[in-house]
Amino acid sequence: MNQDLYDVIIIGGGPAGLSAGIYASRARLKTGLIERGRTGGQAATTEEMENYPGFPETTGPNLMDRFAEHAKHFGTEFIRDEVVALESHPEFKLIRGKKGEYRSKTVIIAVGAEPRTLGVKGEGQFRGKGVSYCATCDADFYTDLDVVIIGNGDAAIEEALYLTKFVNKATIIVVHDEGILDATKIIQERAFANPKIEFVWNSVLEEIRGDGIVEEVVIKNIKNGELTTLECNGVFIFVGTVPKTGFCQGVVEMDQRGYIRASDLMETSVDGIYVVGDCRQKYLRQVVTAAADGAIAAVAAEKYLHEEEGFREQVLDQKVPVLVNFWNVTHEDSMAMIGIVEDVAAGYGDRAKVVKIDTYKNQRVARRYNVTQVPTLLCFVGGQVVETIQGKVEASVIKQALDKVVK
Amino acid sequence: MLELNKENFEAEVLQHGGAVLVDFWSPKCDPCMALLPDVEALAEKYGSQVKFCKVNAIENRRLSIAQKVLGLPTILLFKDGERVAELTKEEATAENIEAKLKEVFGL
Repeated sequence: MNQDLYDVIIIGGGPAGLSAGIYASRARLKTGLIERGRTGGQAATTEEMENYPGFPETTGPNLMDRFAEHAKHFGTEFIRDEVVALESHPEFKLIRGKKGEYRSKTVIIAVGAEPRTLGVKGEGQFRGKGVSYCATCDADFYTDLDVVIIGNGDAAIEEALYLTKFVNKATIIVVHDEGILDATKIIQERAFANPKIEFVWNSVLEEIRGDGIVEEVVIKNIKNGELTTLECNGVFIFVGTVPKTGFCQGVVEMDQRGYIRASDLMETSVDGIYVVGDCRQKYLRQVVTAAADGAIAAVAAEKYLHEEEGFREQVLDQKVPVLVNFWNVTHEDSMAMIGIVEDVAAGYGDRAKVVKIDTYKNQRVARRYNVTQVPTLLCFVGGQVVETIQGKVEASVIKQALDKVVK
Repeated sequence: MLELNKENFEAEVLQHGGAVLVDFWSPKCDPCMALLPDVEALAEKYGSQVKFCKVNAIENRRLSIAQKVLGLPTILLFKDGERVAELTKEEATAENIEAKLKEVFGL
């Protein structure tokens, strides 16, 4: 076990994780980033990258190298390991990797997603034998050869355009009617204008065949059920992604597909655990939105650490009884209680303390102590709640409670 | 690790009596670049028992396709010139390679 206790550990080194690393380490938090392979995530396997603001002509790998250098520059510690389990303990989070274990006060999950497989006959058998999910990895093999592309979203059409720099012919199999693609307009126009690209409409992939390596595919027309065979040397599949969140199952809330649910502050269902980037349930999965997620989570984690440490120092670790007064501006009673509580406590001098918590700014502590209404007054002794007073009360009620515990 | 090409592949792998590992990689392939340090570490550990080689698949496209390698990264294991194991794409991890070396060559 690595004995260090980190402020933040980021799991995953794609754009979301690296951005979180930049913000967290720049805020002087002790920040570790665990990545199993090379940093950059899926963005590092995308050569064509022309929509990151301010960088119209960069490539995915170049931009990701700059993200990583930026995070290193501010002091993010890079750890090479593959995370297999995540546990939330009262005092810290425990991250189990294949090589070691790490403890951190907060965790930012940034594991991303991986290409979804189609599940057609021959797909598994010919993986690495003509079936590919990564154009930049494998494009060179297909120089002057014929390939088939499955999918018609941005990723599929962009990768098809990239492949035309190498291949003889790229045939895109599209499930929609003629002329309809899911990709954005500018990418569609380029694909329609590219002489190396052909389309097969209203069709899906039925089977991949070959002897050792891919030789042909069987395509099914969904309108009339007709099967046709197309000779090709490679099949590139871009039909969406699945999140790599298996190790978080049962730890944080996720949807049926495995995407983790998050608040606007990137908070998961567990205090101190955040989720960013492609593995989060969200509308748009791009480098720019991943980077934004990372920044938000790092700032939220910093605020959380500050609040938790403040609560520990001012309430839990105090030697004398502490009255914690939960209030907010919309409840007049709760505002009136502030003065009453402070007046009562003043009578005890150094033998009792008062802390007030605005439930609008800090819902987390309120939730943890099951405070569902304001005003609520909790009396802490030695880090434990010994008395709960709900609603607006007379000074004498508070005094009575304090007399029981003040020495 | 020994760099292979179409000139020396035959002699160093197919005519070689003993255990050989060949890592097919390319500088453009991110997973390959991530895997290389792991394979180099295995070469340090088992280099005396297994000959560790690598092929830049992009510079040696015909050689790679002749070996039915069409995806990266791919690790091939040969024993006395015969191909005995293959790990490709997601299967090609440091742990899997080490386990396969032990299984196939009895290290």
